[in-house]
This record gives sequence, C-alpha cells and structure tokens, in this order.
Amino acid sequence: MDGKARKTDAGDVCIIIFMLILIALCILPIMNVVATSFSSPGAVMRQEVTFLPVEFQTGSFMDVLNDSRFMRSMAWTGILTGIVVVVNLFMTILAAYPLTYDSLKGRKIITLYIVFTMLFSAGLIPAFILFRDLNLINNPLVLILPGMISVFNMIIMRNFFMGIPDSLKESAEMDGGGPFTVLIKIYLPLSTPVLATLGLFYAVGRWNGFQDALFFLPSAPDWHPIQLLLYNILQNLTAVDAMDPGASAAPGWGQTVQSAAIVIAMIPILCVYPFVQRYFVQGATLGAVKG
Amino acid sequence: MTIPKSKGTNLKRHTRNSYISRHWALYAMLALPIIYFFIFSYVPMVNILIAFTQNNVILPVWEVPFVGWANFQQAFTLQPFRDAVRNTLMFSALDLVIGFPAPIILALLLNELRMPLFKKITQTISYMPFFLSWIIVGGLATRLFSNNTGAVNNLLTYMGFSTIPFLTSNVHWVFTNVFAAIWRSVGWNTIIYLAAITAVNPELYEAADMDGASRLRKMWHVTLPGIRPVIVILLVLTLGGIMGADLSRFLGMENLLVRTVSEVIPTFVFRWGLQSMQFSLAAAIGIFQSIIGTFLLLGSNWLAKKLGGNGFW
Repeated sequence: MDGKARKTDAGDVCIIIFMLILIALCILPIMNVVATSFSSPGAVMRQEVTFLPVEFQTGSFMDVLNDSRFMRSMAWTGILTGIVVVVNLFMTILAAYPLTYDSLKGRKIITLYIVFTMLFSAGLIPAFILFRDLNLINNPLVLILPGMISVFNMIIMRNFFMGIPDSLKESAEMDGGGPFTVLIKIYLPLSTPVLATLGLFYAVGRWNGFQDALFFLPSAPDWHPIQLLLYNILQNLTAVDAMDPGASAAPGWGQTVQSAAIVIAMIPILCVYPFVQRYFVQGATLGAVKG
Repeated sequence: MTIPKSKGTNLKRHTRNSYISRHWALYAMLALPIIYFFIFSYVPMVNILIAFTQNNVILPVWEVPFVGWANFQQAFTLQPFRDAVRNTLMFSALDLVIGFPAPIILALLLNELRMPLFKKITQTISYMPFFLSWIIVGGLATRLFSNNTGAVNNLLTYMGFSTIPFLTSNVHWVFTNVFAAIWRSVGWNTIIYLAAITAVNPELYEAADMDGASRLRKMWHVTLPGIRPVIVILLVLTLGGIMGADLSRFLGMENLLVRTVSEVIPTFVFRWGLQSMQFSLAAAIGIFQSIIGTFLLLGSNWLAKKLGGNGFW
C-alpha cells in the first residue's frame, strides 16, 4: 500500500549496512589476492599487505605471463571449453528432444535408462579401468568423452522443450516436416535462452574442472587444464606458509607469484560473468522449479 | 521419410509403417546418447567386480582370484577410512546446520531491500563467488588466512591480538572450510528462495498491514510460511546428499597438518586407489558410498514428491 512512499526506517538502515558488509566480504578476498600479486615480496613478508598493493611491482605478473606452460594451459583450457560446450549441447539436444514425443515407443524405458546413470555410478576405480582399456589414460580426449551429457541439464532441456506448444509442432508436421525439421526450424530457435544457459553451465564446469585431469592425465602435464596447473602451483610453493621458510630465493616471492597465477586464472570468469549473469540466474530457477 | 506406405486394406501394417516413418529419426537421434551412456555409465558397472577380487591391476578382472567381501571388511578396519566416513558426515552435518539456513536468511533480507539498483548490484556481486573454482577459493583462503602473511592475521597482529591458526589447527580448519563453502554459494542459493518469495500472495501482506504488523512480523508470519514448501523440499534433497562430498572443496583447501579432518570419502578413494594403487579396496569403498548414496537419493526424492514438490526427476 504505502511501500514506496514510506520513509527509510532503522530496519532499512540495518539491511543496507548488512548488504554493504556482504559486498565487502565478496570483494575483499579478491582485492587481497590482487594486492599481493602487485606487492613486493618484502612487503608481503613484513605483513604489510592487506587490500592495497605495497611497494608496487609487476614482476610476479610477468613471471606468470612469461611462463609458457601457464599460458599454454590457459589457451588449451579455452579451446577445450569451446569444444566441450558444442559437443555437450549437441548430445544433450539429441537426448532431450526425442523424449518429448509422447507417441515414442520405449520412451519410458529410455528415460529410465538415462536417469538411472544419475542415481547410481560405479565410481572412480571402475571408470579408471574402463579408460585404461579404451586407451584414454593420459589422452586428452578423456577430458571430453566421459562427460558429454549432464542428465540434470538434459532434464532441464527436455522440460523446456515440453513447454513449447504442441500446436506449433503439429502445424509444422502438417507442412510435411519430420521430427528433425521440427527440431531445427521450431524448437531450437525458440530455445535460445535455455541453450545459452546450459551452454554457460557446461562452459563454467569445464573451465573450473580439474578432477578428471588429476585422475586420468597423471603423466600428460601438457594437457592439464588451468585449474589443475594452478592447483600444482599452489601446492608446491606452499599451502601453509608455516612450512616454507626460505623455500624460494626471495622470501615472499612465491606468494606474489601464486597470487598472480590466481588472478590470471580468475580473469576470464570475472570478465564474462557480469554479461551472462542473467542466463545463470535463469538456469538456477529453471532447474529448481521445473526439474 | 520415404518408406512406401501400403495402401491396401491392411490397416495394421499401414499404421506400423507410418509409425516408423514418423519416428525413425527420433530413434536415430537417441542412438548416440544411448551408446554414450552404455559405454561410460553401464560398462564401468561391470568393472565393479574388481571390488570382490584380490588387488591386481594387470590382469583382467575375470582372471583374478575372487575374494568375496574381504575388501569391504578390510576397509572398515582401516582407521583412515573410518576417519574419512566420519569427516564426510561431519561436513554434511555442519553444512546442514550452518550452511542451509544462511541463504534463506539472506533471501529474506534481500527481499526487504527497497532500492532496486542497490539490490541488483548486491545480488550480482553475491552470486559471483559461485563461479570461482574451489582451487581459486582455496588459494584465496590461503592468502587471507595463513598464519604468517595472511591478511586477516596481519590485521589481528596489527591490532595487538594473537594470530588464529585458521588453516593449521583441525577445528579451525573445519570451520574455515565450512564458511568458505558458505561464502562461495550463499548468494547463488538465494535465487530459488527469492523466486519463491515473488510467488507469495501480496494480499497476505496487505492483510498484515491492516493488522499493523511490523516488517519483522511480516517476514516471520507471511514470507517464511509462504516459502516453507520450497524450504522443505530443498532440505529433503540436501539430506539425500549427506554421504557425498565435493572432492575439489577438500583438495582445494587441505594441507598436511589437517589431513585427519580434511580427508573425506572421495579424497580417500583417490589417494588409496589411484595414488597407492589399492584398486580393489578403493573400488569397494566407492561402491559402498554409491549404494548408500543411491538409497538416500531415492528416499529423499520420494519424500520430496510426497511433500508436494518436484524432486530431481
């Protein structure tokens, strides 16, 4: 009634302060790592760095940018992410679309066959044995082939397809279009929001994923995606600096280089995120409300 | 499409042919996903047999002596494995008690925020950490919380307090990890509650206004009951995952000093199975976890549907 007209009260002020603290909690950790990456090792060791660079330097950044393994891994992860998005969307559409046809015989059994894989998985070791038999160990294809469809995303896509009115499908079929024509001409053009959302989910999953590489590419470091390389960088120098007095030539240099690596690995996500945020939000409600 | 149709009196044959002509393309599309799931999900189920054999990584599964449940029994005699089970359940419990209510409270507060632009900015920033990998979150946590050079301990020392061993003492590490998980996902998890709040009948608020209800009372007596179904469903679905743990969350933040509390079932399977080559033992543990997980998931999905929700599928 008087929602807009009423004055700001103490409650509003409390909520605004709370939200400002929340924003600070989200941003300060990132500012800290940026500050560390641009600070001198000496300043880091003297505990002077909090949220702004002290004794500004760009050498640590240059160390990472000039590291051919790191930049190669960034480029490879980018290419890999592109491939995975295309392959996964293709496979997800292939599974989701036919299952929207009520008249398809065996639909229930096929759906159960697919959903069961979400319920029960054989686990890491049986998968490892299979990949060994298929010569996928230390083979970069292991980052693409085993994860071509997320059943959860497939269900989201199927539900979205099912929301498209049957009358559109029927009128296209009247014009002599088969299921494939209907998919290309009607379903896909109407599904761009869900395609964008699921494509982005697949992209983030691949960009942030490293477990498959950790498990299945033990002796192929050239194919390690950026997160695994970053994991190794963070583990090797120091996870907890109580354990590393004088690990590298200049004390503190390791921390600044690690921070620079974190910042560079974060940049692609942080740059893309603001522009695609609405698709992610859409996806979160699609999955939860309809799934 | 071009299968010739029999134009005679044989109606049955006619309908079958037209069924095939209308649906063959659909089966052709499904072929690839069906093969994919067969190879990458069903074939490994055969390899489960390794859990019942003597550990041997060279011979095929069927040529290795069968040992029955010995690997399963051995697993439960191992203290590190018992620790891993305990830790998995402990983190699930902490996530449930601390992590589950957090987005509900945040969503209620965001809903009370009256400035649309500020609200949008807050939401955008609070969703962002969800898109950072656990490796990055672990790196950020190390930079913030390490004993000697971490920003938080720097500030504490500067203000004259003693340092807090956030990452090197067991109890501190557990809570640092739980709060890092909340930091990463609390904003993102408000989305579903905010969507549910917009569906609450506005007349209820008007009626409450008539009765002179304060904002806090409206929050408690109108908004919260309005989203209760969603809360219950999400709670049930969360319960279905208590035997699971996200490997990257523990690998990304762990260090040797806290291994007794940072080891969960997936990290244990990885270390014992792939790093120490105890294939049979690790496979047995994997199956143990999978089967319990399946029953929990089935049970929670059933309960969620029973309570009027949608479940996972």
